[in-house]
Amino acid sequence: MIEMKNVHKEYSNGVIAVDDLSVNIDAGEFVYIVGASGAGKSSFIKMMYREELATKGDVLIEGKNVTDMKQKEVPFLRRNIGVIFQDFKLLPRLTAFENVAFALEVIEESPKKINKRVLEVLEMVGLKSKARFLPNQLSGGEQQRVAIARAIVNNPKVVIADEPTGNLDPETSWEIMQIFEEINTRGTTIVMATHSQEIVNKLRKRVIAMENGQIVRDEHRGEYGYEA
Amino acid sequence: MKLSTMRRHVREGTKNIVRNSWMTVASVGAVTTTLVLVGIFLALMFNLNQLAENIENEAQMKVYVERTAEDQDIQALEKQINEISEISEMEFSSKEEELEGLISDMGESGDQWELFEQFNPLNDAFNIKTYEPEQLAGVASQIEQMDNVEEVNYMKDVVDRLIAFNDIARWIGIIFIGALLLTAIFLISNTIKMTIIARQTEIGIMKLVGAKNSFIRWPFFVEGALMGVLGSIIPIAVVAGGYFYLYNQFANKIPIPFFELLPANPFIWQISGILLGIGVVIGIWGSVMSVRKFLRV
Repeated sequence: MIEMKNVHKEYSNGVIAVDDLSVNIDAGEFVYIVGASGAGKSSFIKMMYREELATKGDVLIEGKNVTDMKQKEVPFLRRNIGVIFQDFKLLPRLTAFENVAFALEVIEESPKKINKRVLEVLEMVGLKSKARFLPNQLSGGEQQRVAIARAIVNNPKVVIADEPTGNLDPETSWEIMQIFEEINTRGTTIVMATHSQEIVNKLRKRVIAMENGQIVRDEHRGEYGYEA
Repeated sequence: MKLSTMRRHVREGTKNIVRNSWMTVASVGAVTTTLVLVGIFLALMFNLNQLAENIENEAQMKVYVERTAEDQDIQALEKQINEISEISEMEFSSKEEELEGLISDMGESGDQWELFEQFNPLNDAFNIKTYEPEQLAGVASQIEQMDNVEEVNYMKDVVDRLIAFNDIARWIGIIFIGALLLTAIFLISNTIKMTIIARQTEIGIMKLVGAKNSFIRWPFFVEGALMGVLGSIIPIAVVAGGYFYLYNQFANKIPIPFFELLPANPFIWQISGILLGIGVVIGIWGSVMSVRKFLRV
């Protein structure tokens, strides 16, 4: 599903974020990316949806090389990848419903289908009753649910989450994780960068630990790490 | 593109105009100011163009033949004149025809000239046109040297000066209009750029969920076009209204030879269309130019 071969990422200011990294993530997997700040987690996942471009090496999504992809193909790559952020990135002037519908409008779905599908995912994340609320009328956990709904509304094969629980309290984080778990059981691959030791240790999945832009540990049903 | 998508773009573009009202006012103001000036210049230039055309079509010289010339002298002269290559048209007009022309030109008061039909005091003449009005002077001096020519008449000073004036005015007009349009595009693109910075998150999210660049650009396109339309309302009113007024006041009263104002109808419709068109084009241009740089993500 996701394949990285000798990937190297150096920023224009000389910082090396990812250094000769190779990894394979299969379809349907649930993977945590852990590591201290600056270890290269964000650069690593940003290269998957081509927010950042690898300086060297290949990034393959479903066998398709993302690094030498034409600019025109990028939108179609992203339609197969749902992305979720720590700060939700919702549009403040749109309601929960509209924020989710946005992702379908962009790919020119018919209004009828949009309506049906948006209500479906909002129900799945438990926010159907708050569809007409604006983001600032929702709690942090609820906003993240809207963001998740937006990420999965067009049935992407992969969901990438960059510290999705970073701004949430433990209890809310746990609710969010259950949604991810449910998405994963439906067959969607999940790649999640996180700092939460508690989550990683409780909901055991594959753990890829990074340090100085390299993978230092890759375990199935792993733990966050002893030093934390 | 689907109809529902197009509707969305129009809706979004219109919403943006309303939402960023101060920016709209600034951009529309820039378009308005520019178009008022452009409109005035265009009106002047079209009329000057008309003047140039009139000079070209009507500027001709009259070569008066000596009254003593015999028929064969006239034929010889005609042959000689015909050899000048700059001449585009030449027509002989006998003194009888000259008198008829004079009488009809005078209208009612021409009647008194009919008495002269018995004793025609006029000369035979050649009416000559050159390819370009600038060539009149050279041709005139050549013909003056010929035998049996009494006088060559072509409103020398007027034609020469009008030609020079017209050329300069035309260039100044073109440069001015060009500079004004560039300024307006720059102003629009700058004001829109400011609001795009605010809309950057939105563009980022659109790209993240897989929007094509064209999809992101469309609402800006609509927005630019709408601003162009809004910005051309006042200029159209000012220029078309002003022209209509001036035309009614001054048409046929301007004492410059060859000069006549273009008729208000259809001119005010034409210039309104042109101003609207320019407004829409610079609106779209400015808008699309400013969004371009934010699409390279």
